Amino acid sequence: MRTATETPLLAVDDLHVEFRTRAGVVKAVNGVSYSLNAGETLAVLGESGSGKSVTAQAVMGILDTPPAAVTGGQIRFKGTDLLQLSEEARTRIRGEGIAMIFQDALSALNPVFTVGWQISEMFRVHRGMSKRDAMKKAVELMDRVRIPAARERVNDYPHQFSGGMRQRIMIAMAIALDPELLIADEPTTALDVTVQAQIMELLAELRRESGMALILITHDLGVVADVADRIAVMYGGRIVEHAPVHDLYRSPAHPYTRGLLESIPRVDLKGRELHAIAGMPPSPLDLPGGCAFHPRCPYRRAACASDVPPLYQVGWTRGSACHYWREVLDAGRR
Amino acid sequence: MSSGTLARRRAGGRHKKRRGRPAGLWADAWHDLRRRPMFVASVILIGVLLLMAAWPSLFTSIDPFDARTCELRLARQTPTPGHPFGRDNQGCDLFARTVYGARNSIVIGMLTTLATAVIGGLLGLLAAFHSRWADAVLSRVTEIFFAIPAILGALLIASTFRDSEVDSILLVVFALTILGWPMAFRIMRAAVITAMSQDFVTAARALGAGPWRIMTRHLLPNALAPVIVISTINLGGFIAAEAALSFLGVGVRSPDISWGLMIAEARDRFQYAPLPLVFPALFLSVTVLAFIMLGDAVRDALDPKLR
Repeated sequence: MRTATETPLLAVDDLHVEFRTRAGVVKAVNGVSYSLNAGETLAVLGESGSGKSVTAQAVMGILDTPPAAVTGGQIRFKGTDLLQLSEEARTRIRGEGIAMIFQDALSALNPVFTVGWQISEMFRVHRGMSKRDAMKKAVELMDRVRIPAARERVNDYPHQFSGGMRQRIMIAMAIALDPELLIADEPTTALDVTVQAQIMELLAELRRESGMALILITHDLGVVADVADRIAVMYGGRIVEHAPVHDLYRSPAHPYTRGLLESIPRVDLKGRELHAIAGMPPSPLDLPGGCAFHPRCPYRRAACASDVPPLYQVGWTRGSACHYWREVLDAGRR
Repeated sequence: MSSGTLARRRAGGRHKKRRGRPAGLWADAWHDLRRRPMFVASVILIGVLLLMAAWPSLFTSIDPFDARTCELRLARQTPTPGHPFGRDNQGCDLFARTVYGARNSIVIGMLTTLATAVIGGLLGLLAAFHSRWADAVLSRVTEIFFAIPAILGALLIASTFRDSEVDSILLVVFALTILGWPMAFRIMRAAVITAMSQDFVTAARALGAGPWRIMTRHLLPNALAPVIVISTINLGGFIAAEAALSFLGVGVRSPDISWGLMIAEARDRFQYAPLPLVFPALFLSVTVLAFIMLGDAVRDALDPKLR
């Protein structure tokens, strides 16, 4: 477990990100904080619009500014605030220190170059390797991400691979320079269920081998259960609950998490109506005052509409941004 | 992608053979083009024209620049053996002059296309990629150029510098380039902006690619196709514009030969001696048509959305 003296690999502290659009200012991220130690796996869970991807893009420094703007907070990577660095310095960290993979690997690969060329480019640009050596490394990497017949397929183009294989190629590019942190933004959302499991397994395996830390961004609770150490649940641009993965599954401390867990289809409850969280996710253009979840919350009281709940400490290892977290926790245990 | 092609591809991979089906945008486009009659026809036509431009003596033994081959008393003679197109107003062999006229048309068309594509393309890439400020300035500038009627503008530029020492062919290229580059600029800018919003550009940034690398490896190759298409189509237009300028007397000048110039010289006697006008006009139309057909075929091959 974490000790107070250790500098975390990545510490996001009170991050605020806005999008200035014609329709108004969209507050996509409103004071997100999390930290991650070397080798740890954090799952960031939330529906679309919850700010989970925007947070990751802010960490990577690939937000389009404008319209996006980081309006507050710090992102410390090994103690250095990335937001204070020059663009050149950040470019050096990308790929070498932090790498990222995306949801749709087909559109994330350049269609006009072969996959071998694209993987080997990492070595040519960042390591100054010769074409031949870089190509050799590309084949090695394709083997490492378990692409069958890597040597023969190295000169194929992205569109000639299946979805799962493309995601493996993307992963190969991302791990090429041995980054200390890999951010995977919905890496399995576009894939078949069986392939999803294979990709998650591959990510877990690579993490074990290399000791890199992993941030898994997803909206699918089922995907992360086996892989993640801890989970942060986001809603309306805030972290509403964070907890070690098993604690969170066993006894959620926030009504939103509870709603998410209850809306997973279960075989033993077949035939019964599927539980769904009432209402719609809020528009980030017009977030409800107080707790952003209160209009949909079965536990809401008068205070919820006016007081923004801080992240209450729940035990030693967890946090919940609900005024009535004890109630939620107790209800879950019953 | 159908499962059938996938299975075939896998099988091919196992047999360690080069797969029959080509891969990649350019290879696919080539594969597709070879099967189009319009492409084949235009390539053959353009091939003949290029040959004519490079080695006109392959087509005719008469040198039209040699005054001794002209006989004024035989002016406007109708076709005879050895002079398949007849003779023009000066009694010179019309076929030889028409053949030699291809060179200026092709050279001017190609140089102008190259210049507009390079200038417009580079500026378009910069405008889209560099900064909003550069984009705003360059876009307004192109709008000003778009507002100028092309032939009128080229006429003005060409006639302004007509008396200078500049070679008349380069002057035509210069005038047409000044008016032609905004088209390539717009196409390139739009294509780069589209490419910039693609995930692979974000992904490349996320893996540490700097701005130069993004521009040269990710934006340029993916934005090139529409510029190539529009340039091929424009090539025919530039050849027609050259003819128009020469016809109006501000383009290629005698003793250089140009189809436009030949049409201008023949127009007064068109009613009783049509051939000196008909043949260069025919060659001009066929050339322009060939390049436009080629451009169309290339566009269809490179832009699958239009299929």
